[in-house]
Amino acid sequence: MWKLFNQITRHGLCTEKPGSLTRPSSATSLTPDTNHGSDPGLTQTPSEIPVLCAAPRDLAPHEAHQRLLKIVGRALTIRAVDAGSCNGCELEMHALSNPYYNLEGAGIRFVASPRHADLLLVTGPVARNMVQALLRAIEATPRPRYVVALGECACSGGLFGESYATHGALSEVTPVDLCIPGCPPEPGFILQCLLTFLERLPASRLPA
Amino acid sequence: MTSSAPPLQRTILQRLLQELCPDCQRLPGPFPVWHGPCPGAQWWPLAQRIHQAGGRLVALWPDAHATLLHVTYALEETLAWVWLELGKAQKIPDLSPLFPAANRLQRAAVDLADFSLAFDAPDQRPWLDHGCWLREQSAPPQPYAFVPVTGEGVHEIAVGPIHAGIIEPGHFRFSVVGEKVLRLEAHLGYTHKGAAARWRQRPALLGHELAARLCGDSTVAYSWAFCMALEAALDWRVAERTLWLRALLLERERVANHLGDLGALGNDAGFAVGLAHFSRLREDWLRLSKALFGHRLLMDSILPGGVRTDLDKTQCALLHAQCVALEPELLTLRDIYEGHAGLQDRFGTTGQVLPGLARQLGLTGLAGRASGMAADLRCHGNWAPYNALDVQAALREEGDVAARVAVRFDETLESLRLIRLILDHLPAPGPAVAAQQNLASTHAVRGLGRVEGWRGEIQVALQLENHRDSLTLRDIHLHDPSWQNWPVLEHAILGNIVPDFPLINKSFNLCYSGHDQ
Repeated sequence: MWKLFNQITRHGLCTEKPGSLTRPSSATSLTPDTNHGSDPGLTQTPSEIPVLCAAPRDLAPHEAHQRLLKIVGRALTIRAVDAGSCNGCELEMHALSNPYYNLEGAGIRFVASPRHADLLLVTGPVARNMVQALLRAIEATPRPRYVVALGECACSGGLFGESYATHGALSEVTPVDLCIPGCPPEPGFILQCLLTFLERLPASRLPA
Repeated sequence: MTSSAPPLQRTILQRLLQELCPDCQRLPGPFPVWHGPCPGAQWWPLAQRIHQAGGRLVALWPDAHATLLHVTYALEETLAWVWLELGKAQKIPDLSPLFPAANRLQRAAVDLADFSLAFDAPDQRPWLDHGCWLREQSAPPQPYAFVPVTGEGVHEIAVGPIHAGIIEPGHFRFSVVGEKVLRLEAHLGYTHKGAAARWRQRPALLGHELAARLCGDSTVAYSWAFCMALEAALDWRVAERTLWLRALLLERERVANHLGDLGALGNDAGFAVGLAHFSRLREDWLRLSKALFGHRLLMDSILPGGVRTDLDKTQCALLHAQCVALEPELLTLRDIYEGHAGLQDRFGTTGQVLPGLARQLGLTGLAGRASGMAADLRCHGNWAPYNALDVQAALREEGDVAARVAVRFDETLESLRLIRLILDHLPAPGPAVAAQQNLASTHAVRGLGRVEGWRGEIQVALQLENHRDSLTLRDIHLHDPSWQNWPVLEHAILGNIVPDFPLINKSFNLCYSGHDQ
């Protein structure tokens, strides 16, 4: 992806008008506010949009890569896996995307495939019927990956605990990086836990 | 009392029971429930006669010790709960030719009873048991035998158990030609948690905690049905105010779910602004629930014999004001949904279940009311507080996604009216109910509770026993209306295109966890 990004910083988007090639190659031009710089009216009034005043220059590949990482490198992609939950945790995960919590605004996104995910958010008392699918999803998630137990059931087994049909806590079947307790945990609390977790990760373990 | 519960039909079920199962007796509780043993020779004739009379099969389950097979039938508001004693090597007649929902219920019964019973049915595949349980006898772990569809250009799409979105796990197998769906077969049971066994290990009076966690979106309905069954078994009288507060909670749960689903339905048809608005409204709704009842989803708000929180006048005013504020927003959004050509193009004639098919397959609950099946427990029977509320059941005939969306709008608006009515007429707090009096004398009594949850009728049947002076559950079974509706979803998708499946699925929004248990 950084190759693509670097190409854009050097040559602009091929779909834009030629005039927009004079846009600065600063990585900050990727922020939403300045992303519509192809409008000639905007580029003619640079004093109002200071970012656009920067002199265009080519970025060295590693520099472009670093800037890219700075902006989007802390973004997080999540794959939710229900391993026998009652749907309560899922409802609160859904609530994270509503305009109040605006999860995507924090750079966090739920994705459809574990192959696109940095983190697995696992709920439920790990029903034995779900173990194979769960382990496969974990295996399919690229490293460095994080497995998070969400809700009382996944953290400790909850009311259901261990039985002929359930394993109980998620840590019984796979190493767990973080537990978010609650029945179900409220969306604000989930968000707080995830952001704190990311902040405290050593740089070497940040999502690639 | 609004419903014209025809006394004639009630006597039909009673007369049938008197004729075929003469030992049936009336159970205490707000609904007329007749229960008793069914002689082996009458198992099939009883089902046949009830089917002829227009009755429907509600639930079927084996007891914890696999000595009895229970079944419940409903005819109007009357319920028949009969059981069959299981003998050795006895093949039980298959009820699925009469009631298609019996197919999976019977297969689940075989799984749960450790193969100690057998049905004389063509479909012998395990249903809940995937061969992963820790038991002496379990189905061997082998791939589920989906019915193959062959022909030129037919291919299969396998989806799940982990789906693309944030939803519960289940497997769907589509057989398609191009984009057109020729057959859909679901395989469920992934979230089976052995809930019934867990219940039997806990004190009966703490059972409501588990009932609240069987299906997170219907926690009030399950808790109330459980408490209703427990209170009926113990013959407790619950304060009038408690019943009204429970109804208030149930209607709030209905509104919360409809708000969530209406937004998601818009989103599935590419109308993201619908999701943004409805999810904002739902969040406001949940936040007030948290502030007044202590839980966003209202878990544990209903306890045996009571409710957790009472309301004062200021709190009633807040609830009232929220309904007043929500109603115009909802009406505006309904106008937008109904007037949006793109949405109506996706909703109309999509996933259609016509009334004839709905009747034949026993479609129930919200989805049933969108296909002309006028059944809503809140409108039938003489049970407080709904007998004083004059509930107007939503009803549509078209049976497509548009009809299910319309029913959701109608029911949300009706619930907003009911909530305000309940708040206006909330009975004054009465004296505390003497709750403990019957505990010592209890010996193996049965109770049954029924509640019209937002998805449909939830039924809880239980048997109590006094074990070393502590009250425990000898047997318990919870029934979710999704058992009836999952097979109908497989019909609704036929002839539609694969990309419409998420939309159709969402319009039903059936339960996995409550089904698998």
